[in-house]
Amino acid sequence: MSNNTSAPHANPNPSRPTPNSGSGHAPGQGHASANHSDSHADDHGSGHHIVPASTFYKVFAALICLTFLTVAASRIDMGFFNDIVAFGIATVKAGLVLAIFMHLKYDDMMNRVVIGCAFFFLVVLFFFCEIDQITRVVYHSGL
Amino acid sequence: MSTAKPANGPTKHIEHHHAHHFDSAEHEYVTAKQGVWLFLCTEILMFGGLFVAYLIYHRIYPEVFTVGSKFTDWRYGSLNTIVLLTSSLTMAMGIHNVQIGKNDKAFMNLFITVLCGCGFMFIKYLEYSHKIHEGLLPGSWFHGNFEELHHMTGLEIPKNLALYFSFYYMMTGLHGIHVLIGMCLIIWTMIRLKRGEFSPDHYTALEGVGLFWHLVDLVWIYLFPLLYLVS
Repeated sequence: MSNNTSAPHANPNPSRPTPNSGSGHAPGQGHASANHSDSHADDHGSGHHIVPASTFYKVFAALICLTFLTVAASRIDMGFFNDIVAFGIATVKAGLVLAIFMHLKYDDMMNRVVIGCAFFFLVVLFFFCEIDQITRVVYHSGL
Repeated sequence: MSTAKPANGPTKHIEHHHAHHFDSAEHEYVTAKQGVWLFLCTEILMFGGLFVAYLIYHRIYPEVFTVGSKFTDWRYGSLNTIVLLTSSLTMAMGIHNVQIGKNDKAFMNLFITVLCGCGFMFIKYLEYSHKIHEGLLPGSWFHGNFEELHHMTGLEIPKNLALYFSFYYMMTGLHGIHVLIGMCLIIWTMIRLKRGEFSPDHYTALEGVGLFWHLVDLVWIYLFPLLYLVS
């Protein structure tokens, strides 16, 4: 559990996580708060979730495996599914980078909403451009 | 005043005082982070726009992209992907080490991240120089020999093949510029780290630069299949 002893961030209910620590808790999290003084506005080490190094290494291993997978899959012709598989795997890799390396899993909901909006509007852009393209009818001039 | 000092690393430690318009250092940190995320949105939309353009022209001239993609080497692309993924790991480890007070290790992590960036740019240089040698330049600078290209690929070479290379250079070039900017930013944080400006209580700038670097990796994760794997 995150224990925050400095006054500005006093958490009356220690079992409820403070807003700036995520739902996950790392074994190493307590260390940063071990030697900070009480009740001073510039202390915030204890509020931050520290992702254990082992998690980073595991995610890295997964990303490398997915890279091999995507290269292997590109050598097999799956027709219509080629693009879907390639970008599907890319999206899984992107998800891992966003969630763990960029800390979104342990972060404020706000940052997730912010980046979600970016991807959402990009999808909107893709969608309308694609709809435009695929609904075009070619007319041949009689002239 | 913060009394949390790094366990190792420079013994001098510059105190951080948050700007007066923030309630606390934590408020400043969270705000800065959110600001960086908002910036990353603009980056995603910028690169995303180029992906949309690629999609549109792929629909109109599919043969340009089928033939053009034969000129990208998936081995260079895969190697670059692995280099950038490694750099993301070392960047994350750099921040992790500052969080637990190990500034010396963090410095080494950041140094390796920059080296990975150099590696990426070197591989990019090899690819570009090969293409330039073949005359495969963007737009009106394209002067590839159609006979030779036909021999190399065994395919009918479309007259507007240069279009593919406009996309290739624009997308990888813009990404490459981001890699260079990222490397400069990381070197800046390395200097600040050496000066003792970061500690477990304050590493906001490092976090922000880390997020930018991960974005650079994220964009490449999508660029790689687009330019090297699908056709």
